[in-house]
Amino acid sequence: MIKMINMSWLLISFAVLLAACDEHNWNNPYSAIDTGKNILYSVFTERPKHLDPVQSYSSNEIQFTAQIYEPPLQYHYLKRPFALIPLTAKEIPVVRHFDIEGHQLQNDAPATDVAYSIYEISIKPGIFFQPHPALAKDEQGDWLYHNLGDQELASIFKLSDFSRTGTRELTAEDYIYQIKRLAHPRLHSPIYGLMADYIIGLKDYVDVLKQVNPERSEGGTYLDLRNYPLEGVQVIDRYTYRIKIKGNYPQFIYWLAMPFFAPVPWEADAFYSQKELIQKNITLDWYPIGTGPYMLTENNPNLRMVLERNPNFHGEYYPTEGMPEDQENGLLMDAGRELPFIDKVIFTREKESIPRWNKFLQGYYDASGIGSDSFDQAVQLVGHGEATVTEEMAAQGIRLETTVAVSTYYMGFNMLDPVVGGSNEQQRESARKLRQAISIAVDYEEFISIFANGRGLPAQSPIAPGIAGYREGKEGVNPVVYDWINNRPQRKSIQVAKALLAEAGYPDGIDQKTGAPLILYFDVTARTAEDRSKLDWMRKQFQKLNIQLVVRSTDYNRFQDKIRKGNAQIFEWGWNADYPDPENFLFLLYGPQRKVGNNGENAANYDNTEYNQLFEQMKNIEDGPKRQQIIDRMVEILQHDAPWLWGYHPKDYGLYHAWYQNVKPNRISNNNLKYFRIDANLRDQKRREWNEPVLWPIAVMLAMLIISFIPAAMAFRRRESSTAVNNIPSS
Amino acid sequence: MLNYILRRALYAIPILIGVNLITFTLFFVVNTPDDMARMQLGIKYVSPEAIEKWKIERGYDKPLLFNQEKEGWEKLTKTIFFEKSISMFIFDFGQADDGRDIAQEIKSRMIPSLAIALPVFILGLIVHITFALLMVFFRATYIDFWGVILCVALMSISSLFYIIAGQFLVSKLWHLVPISGYESGLDAGKFLLLPVIIGIISSLGSSVRWYRTIFLEEMNKEYVRTARAKGLSERIVLFKHVLGNALIPILTGVVVVVPLLFLGSLLVESFFGIPGLGSYTIDAINSQDFAIVRAMVFWGSVLYIVGLVLTDISYTLVDPRIRLK
Repeated sequence: MIKMINMSWLLISFAVLLAACDEHNWNNPYSAIDTGKNILYSVFTERPKHLDPVQSYSSNEIQFTAQIYEPPLQYHYLKRPFALIPLTAKEIPVVRHFDIEGHQLQNDAPATDVAYSIYEISIKPGIFFQPHPALAKDEQGDWLYHNLGDQELASIFKLSDFSRTGTRELTAEDYIYQIKRLAHPRLHSPIYGLMADYIIGLKDYVDVLKQVNPERSEGGTYLDLRNYPLEGVQVIDRYTYRIKIKGNYPQFIYWLAMPFFAPVPWEADAFYSQKELIQKNITLDWYPIGTGPYMLTENNPNLRMVLERNPNFHGEYYPTEGMPEDQENGLLMDAGRELPFIDKVIFTREKESIPRWNKFLQGYYDASGIGSDSFDQAVQLVGHGEATVTEEMAAQGIRLETTVAVSTYYMGFNMLDPVVGGSNEQQRESARKLRQAISIAVDYEEFISIFANGRGLPAQSPIAPGIAGYREGKEGVNPVVYDWINNRPQRKSIQVAKALLAEAGYPDGIDQKTGAPLILYFDVTARTAEDRSKLDWMRKQFQKLNIQLVVRSTDYNRFQDKIRKGNAQIFEWGWNADYPDPENFLFLLYGPQRKVGNNGENAANYDNTEYNQLFEQMKNIEDGPKRQQIIDRMVEILQHDAPWLWGYHPKDYGLYHAWYQNVKPNRISNNNLKYFRIDANLRDQKRREWNEPVLWPIAVMLAMLIISFIPAAMAFRRRESSTAVNNIPSS
Repeated sequence: MLNYILRRALYAIPILIGVNLITFTLFFVVNTPDDMARMQLGIKYVSPEAIEKWKIERGYDKPLLFNQEKEGWEKLTKTIFFEKSISMFIFDFGQADDGRDIAQEIKSRMIPSLAIALPVFILGLIVHITFALLMVFFRATYIDFWGVILCVALMSISSLFYIIAGQFLVSKLWHLVPISGYESGLDAGKFLLLPVIIGIISSLGSSVRWYRTIFLEEMNKEYVRTARAKGLSERIVLFKHVLGNALIPILTGVVVVVPLLFLGSLLVESFFGIPGLGSYTIDAINSQDFAIVRAMVFWGSVLYIVGLVLTDISYTLVDPRIRLK
């Protein structure tokens, strides 16, 4: 009895201890001292490889670099179609064109007359870099940490171990320095090849730097790029610089809104070039230095990345105008207020979708994407197929934001293949009809409905919605695949496809010449079990035309190799736009961009002379009716030739808690953190409400343990006190 | 014993070369240096020149195993295999393909891995042996019968199920601990509680059955009968004599695992967001980072060899009849 009483006291004490243990929620994964603070909690799944703006390109890297580094231009946060506005620049630079003799030309001069163009960019004075040890000076004005000794290095393991920091004003020289870094022999800039074709002198600049001192340029010690002029860039004064590019390249201005063209101070390069720091993984690739609203204060890509407000930020204001619906959606409530709103952003690494989703529902992440396994729990379709959150989500105050991504997923035909591309005029005509027939048969509306939970828009051409040149409604519909009936596109019947197939020489899927059934080969990357149903579905689409589709599954490396060598017949791929210009989609089918032979981005190896000529005209002129006319004709050629099944443009769905404001998702502008606002008090209140610890299971488990212990203990005692041999017969 | 350890250390060299060769061959059958370069440089706008430059910088521009252009020993030494392998024997793992120092990463990730693996190992051992001894104590009773059934049931369930069910019940429904995450120091406790419990429960079925079999085998030996004949209680017989004599087969399975605790757990670390060596290896495989893969395989092999030597040494501690020569 005494033991039982003791156990009851133990249970009560345990419950009291647990209840008193923390006034906050037990399942709170964050430090209790951060409760109620103005912090945004976000996730990242893949660790970033590069944070050096000259090397970083992928979306998981740019989500950090875009908040830290400031190129001269940025996109307007609210306006659509996307519009460039100044960031550190005083104004949008006006390009000037020159002929071969250096005479300035009119803006509408033919592209063939333009020998070079000049962008002159003036930046705002009074912008300062974030506090950083690379800029720290001693009382004599000498650099504190540019020549570190063993003693100083002994206690340095991360950037925050440096006790002193400094800053200085941003100048035009910092922008020039970064452009030179594109050609640094030690660095691998993904856009070096592209920019070397445009920025004058950049191609040869690599050789200049290599010849200077091979050992230094390979990263041994600091290579001061200020000492080696580059013809295509020039400092005009402290706040103004020029970039000189070959010919006319109107899309160049979009690159000026990317971190590749953000400033890097030479002091940072000198500081990070110290071998001992490189050995300690303290490099510019890992510890950025910028002028943006945030700075990286914790860099543990295995666990957590933390951005904190840059105390030296020059200041910026929330936009005062946007689209008509922005007012209604509350996106202009903070118009004119100073940015950024959030003090700190904690990115936690979360590799698995289940914990990520559950932590969002518990309020520990402020936003979430929607995986296919949680789609039905999160989203329902109402009215005319309009997506909205389920009642369960709505009860939690969660809202859904959707946007069509400036991306495209397509199925391509290799135009070098004799069956789907053709090798002579007659074969090409036959192959074209075959491709058109397949375009009708593969029902992408069904694909989107089944495999993307409705999150997509059937594509009519490569150009994604929201990009200049994209046409909506009847004008934009692909007439090869759709009829316009009752004010909406309707996919042509399978009979039309069958007729086209017969004209192609394959009546009912049988090759007229050989009498053999038509077999086509679909190259895909290695698939998970989840994706097998997609392939089965695709086989069924081809089966509608009695075509046998053989799936050749391989890993991504072999797949890329096949595409490069032109060994694939049909394949699927996608493209995310770099910038909001139709050129960035239409070049994917430009002949000189062919993969085979030219190693470009045209995976279908499509090469149409008229299209190529129109592309060259289109890319060199400003948006307007003339450009639209050319784009319309290009799209018409593509729809007729059908080198791709146009596939679909994905829709991004994002869920946001009620305390998360000012969200207008898009994939083009990346420096959006400064616009977001959090109601930390509401979040704190909801977290407490949603995460009350449930204690009865602990009590039940303890009770079960005790109950099961009693008979076991009794049996134990009985056994211990029993004799070795039972039931001894009495004599 | 010192001679024995030295001899085993020398035996380890050809084993490690063999392991290294197999890893190297398997990796490069699937990936070429060009593939690795493309993976690191990104998908868009990658030029052949950039790939070549990447390969030269990292020493992947040489032949894999045999360099026909060189003379004499250089035919073997001026190859990717030789250059990438030789430094590992002095534990210089070099840099990952993203430029980070591998030894530094291994050091920093070892602690989170051990933070889970060590409690799971020690507590698991105690719990599993205790359960097994209790089942042996109650052998041929309903407790033993249902215990074995429970063990078989626990063995039949995938460890992924334990993780998902544990996260669902304990973290999502009852809000008792965070679903995932990690902190260093004492704050790690709330993050480690659930993975440690799951680690113990998920291996309970197989371990308890194995230990039970070992103990039952000992129970039929003559010294047990002698002990009972002396009038010792069943508790003393079991926990003192049987457990002591069963230590050799237990040590065979247990000590060899000890060094491998440093390698972490792939699944648990991934689901619970623990930044350990298990997730490091998985990330490296996914990103085709050969430098990390070969370092982790080499490190794993070394630890395994160390584990085997420790097992041999431990025999001498529990059985005075055994001497290592």
